[in-house]
Amino acid sequence: MAEAFLEVENLNTYYGDSHILKDLSFKIRRGETVALLGRNGVGKTTTLKSIVGWVPPRSGRVSFEGRNVTGQEMMKNARLGISLVPEERRIFTNLTVFENLKLATVTAQKPGWSLQDVYDHFPRLQERATNKGDEISGGEKQMLAIARALVQDTKLLLLDEPTEGLAPLIVREVEAIIREIKSKGMTILLVEQNFYSALAVADRCYIIDQGTIKFEGTPDQLRGNTEVLSRYLHV
Amino acid sequence: MDADIFLILLQDGVVNGAIYALLALSLVLVFAVTRVIFIPQGEFVAFGALSYATLDLGRTPRSIWLLLALGAAATVCGLWTQRRTLNRTALAMLLSETAVFPLAVAGLVLWLAPLKLGVAVEAILALAIVTPMGLLIYRVAFQPLAEASVLVLLIAAVGVHLALVGLGLVFFGPEGSRATAFSSANFTLGPLSVPGQALWILGFTALLIVGLYLFFGFTLHGKALRATAVNRLGARLVGIPTADAGRIAFGLAGFIGALSGVLIAPLTTVYYDSGFLIGLKGFVAAIVGGLVSYPIAATAAIAVGCVESFASFWASAFKEVIVFSVIVPVLLWLSLRSGAPAEEE
Repeated sequence: MAEAFLEVENLNTYYGDSHILKDLSFKIRRGETVALLGRNGVGKTTTLKSIVGWVPPRSGRVSFEGRNVTGQEMMKNARLGISLVPEERRIFTNLTVFENLKLATVTAQKPGWSLQDVYDHFPRLQERATNKGDEISGGEKQMLAIARALVQDTKLLLLDEPTEGLAPLIVREVEAIIREIKSKGMTILLVEQNFYSALAVADRCYIIDQGTIKFEGTPDQLRGNTEVLSRYLHV
Repeated sequence: MDADIFLILLQDGVVNGAIYALLALSLVLVFAVTRVIFIPQGEFVAFGALSYATLDLGRTPRSIWLLLALGAAATVCGLWTQRRTLNRTALAMLLSETAVFPLAVAGLVLWLAPLKLGVAVEAILALAIVTPMGLLIYRVAFQPLAEASVLVLLIAAVGVHLALVGLGLVFFGPEGSRATAFSSANFTLGPLSVPGQALWILGFTALLIVGLYLFFGFTLHGKALRATAVNRLGARLVGIPTADAGRIAFGLAGFIGALSGVLIAPLTTVYYDSGFLIGLKGFVAAIVGGLVSYPIAATAAIAVGCVESFASFWASAFKEVIVFSVIVPVLLWLSLRSGAPAEEE
């Protein structure tokens, strides 16, 4: 295996007394799109939160580009190029779409996409540029949250359920955007409930159950493994 | 009551209201950015006024020792909270803020205070002593609790208030002080005699309100502060340092408090514990604005000043009672209208 871009080793994360992640380990190579699958409540979101330092792990190690970033403050990880787009999106509702993007540009260490790049790929955001964050639709919020990560010099994009709660038509639009970002060489860790949507874009996938990795393989290997599918994903 | 008395009371109310407006804006700012209901705001007024009055007498205000002590405490807290992430630049920034700047201010005050260089220099020195206290208090008392609930932060704020009032007694003594006015000018406007100081107060209030409006509306720093206020997690996700936002808010609170103190020092005798009541009136106005609206808070502050001045004419014994009773219907209305405010995760 080529050198890992992101390496997660024996991560143990707790919420109070409940042990959520148990010796969780996996790797992502540069330029890969990896899907993290599993049922509700098995620790997918917690894995993302542990990587960025939102919920620091109690033990284990997270290295990014060979650098130890375990439990490092979220803001610092953002500045290193690890961007989390959380399920709730967390855009700034009191600022306009344009201001949201502008602010992300200024706090970035190095520039990523230009505003024009963003508008070329997300024409809806250009139409909504002067609308405030609470005046746009759920799909547009998701696009803004992704775009906000792209204008920064993001090297690893963590997407938590990007298609959650969106209308089917918008889901397809968001999927197309993810493929587009991927084709530009971005490394992506994708958490999805929507198994078909995730397999359509992923190069490799991991299945989590009860806080540990139970399966690792390509989408084709997973599609062919009915036992794993029915046991961990109920499909 | 005749028209003359009405005008005089109105003038008094507007001038006091302007000071309350400054404090209300500061309270809204601090709450919006850090969720701290900043009870000790008034202490900065008292410290600013007393430091200025002492400098005005050509003596060295003992508040510089308080500044140095706070600086030392903030250095220790900063080293502790950042112990894992401290590198050379972070250490230099921490020390320049908590040690070098307070020492420089103290040195400057020790050197310049006996020279009696006039009101402008004295006012600037008083501001320089009190403004950093805001930011140091944030480092000591609130930054370690940044993720706590509003209630915990309020309890910490009450603690800081009690500590500062006690320290005020230690550093300034129980006697009140009054300072020279910025100008001895006096204008006659019909039946009104308008002291120059009143115009200074109104001028500075207007200037600060316009300044804050421009800062929050048009600069990226201001927008980042507003963004942090609404969405702390979102801010951290895009790499906005929320602790810096908190320090800026508290620094501004220190500055606004100190400026209010310097402005009122020539108009009224200020004691070490005078700040609390003044701050509470700003608080009433801030509450009317729901702790979120700057324009409503500023307007309400002028109204509070006027209610106070008319109440002191008709029922001076009940002056404070009347002012603080104003808050009851407002709270009722706010709670009926919006229910319990939702707190962000």
